[in-house]
Amino acid sequence: MSAVTFAPTGHANGIRNTLTIARRNLLHIKATPEQLVEMSIQPLMFLVLFVYVFGGAIAHSSREYLQFALPGILVQSVAFLPFTTAIALNVDFQRGVIDRFRSLPIARSAVISGRILADGARVVWSILIITGFATLLGFRFGGGAAGALGALALVTAFGLTMCWPMAFIGITARTTESVNTWGFMIILPLTFASTAFVRVETMPGWLQGFVKANPVTSVIDAARGLMLGGPVARPVIQSVLWMAAITAVFAPLAIARYRRRV
Amino acid sequence: MEHSGIEAEGLVKTFGKVRALDGIDMVAREGTVFGLLGPNGAGKTTGIRVLSTLLQPDAGTARVGGYDVVRQPREVRRLIGLTGQYAAVDELLSGQENLYMIGRLLGLSTRDARGRASELLEAFDLTEAAGKYVKTYSGGMRRRLDLAASLVGRPRFLYLDEPTTGLDPRSRLELWRMIRSLVAQGTTVLLTTQYLEEADRLADEIVVIDHGRVIAAGTPQQLKTRVAGQVLQARPVDPADLEATEKILSAFATGEDATHNDGQLVTVSIADRSALGQAVRRLDEEGIGIEDLSLRRPSLDEVFLAITGHLAEEEPDPRDENRERSTT
Repeated sequence: MSAVTFAPTGHANGIRNTLTIARRNLLHIKATPEQLVEMSIQPLMFLVLFVYVFGGAIAHSSREYLQFALPGILVQSVAFLPFTTAIALNVDFQRGVIDRFRSLPIARSAVISGRILADGARVVWSILIITGFATLLGFRFGGGAAGALGALALVTAFGLTMCWPMAFIGITARTTESVNTWGFMIILPLTFASTAFVRVETMPGWLQGFVKANPVTSVIDAARGLMLGGPVARPVIQSVLWMAAITAVFAPLAIARYRRRV
Repeated sequence: MEHSGIEAEGLVKTFGKVRALDGIDMVAREGTVFGLLGPNGAGKTTGIRVLSTLLQPDAGTARVGGYDVVRQPREVRRLIGLTGQYAAVDELLSGQENLYMIGRLLGLSTRDARGRASELLEAFDLTEAAGKYVKTYSGGMRRRLDLAASLVGRPRFLYLDEPTTGLDPRSRLELWRMIRSLVAQGTTVLLTTQYLEEADRLADEIVVIDHGRVIAAGTPQQLKTRVAGQVLQARPVDPADLEATEKILSAFATGEDATHNDGQLVTVSIADRSALGQAVRRLDEEGIGIEDLSLRRPSLDEVFLAITGHLAEEEPDPRDENRERSTT
């Protein structure tokens, strides 16, 4: 047998382990092309359906509605992507793949950080596909290049943030069915009861309270301001604070669950 | 005595009210195959999970190659390879990608990881399927890949948790052959199994555990002699003589339940071989033609029954530590 040398394990290896696991997760897309549909075609379908079905009714013109709705659709798509984080972690636990990883002398955090890094790549991919397609349909950035880049960075950061609560659900839930149930119960109201598709003024008072307090609303308002040109300071600061808070709560929870799950 | 093997002292692990491990002591010497034998839910998998640092014991200590599993888990992980009851390979990667990934995780360069992967694929007869997704593999191929995956880092200690459960006889024999050749190269193997034959064939030493406790320990030979006496088996030429045969032989049996008639063969536990001659004479006097008559030491199955009071294949009870992932 050939001589094999093992590199010493240390902190640099934590990063290498993370990259190896991220690569593994992205390779899964090759094995399940449905994932590619989920992260490319599905958001485009959403975009087309919402803009052309509701556009006329809500904004009296599809073209105008596209301008209004694109930031919302982007944020919604990105909020749903971390479902993959949750389901993939859940399946890895059930299949015993996590046991194998945990029996190896590798950084324990690498399994989660590799997962989230891979999902970050998927988030960026989806954002580029959606905005690219929207531009073809006639969407125009009114906030300049800086605004556009700022919006895309913010939405990406939001997608990564949402990976943490979803990772927590994926690790905690015993079955993939319950991952689905919990995930939908949280993500669906958060994305719909927001300013994604209609203005908050059109909703009943009790709902307005929820919508205004909803972190997704902050992110959408910030993205909208940056993409179309408009007030951004307050929603951007709110979004950043929300994302920091969600990460601060769910990242340690997810990691603690990961360590303790039998 | 040198402490370089696997040692456990007073291991306790409880899940709620269930004591999955209830004070396990064991010593597996380096370079041997150590069998952990017991029925479903006896605590075998929990034991393996503690010894592989996946679970922390509630009490007791365990050392692998001199390292403490609780205080020095990283050092322990460098020494071990784990093959679970559930083939823990990634179905959505090819066999080659699975092994390459583990090589990379263990710190091999891309070139070395690729080299090690093809070496193992070759050794486990998977070269042809190397590029195919594991989800297309047969059960036997998955187990072989799983075993290969646990060997990427050339572990000194290899843990095999029910490695042949659910495999067809041919794949089982093949896996046994591979395990033996690993041991010949110096690997220490900790094997859990509910197949007594497997423990008998592979293990140098066995502990029998049930309800989280060690109820017997020793070499397979020692365990067999623990059950007193021998086993006499007779097959009458004419199946119509079965009952008469049973009646005659039961006179020599060590106890009331020591006679067994399975419809072809009468099996009797006897105290010593002097009963054999008398039994033959009695059968002859009655004019019963015997096609096959044998006297042997009890099988591990019979030993197991004698020690635990129940058969190894008994239904899994609620203590089964794998209840959450039960696939059967």
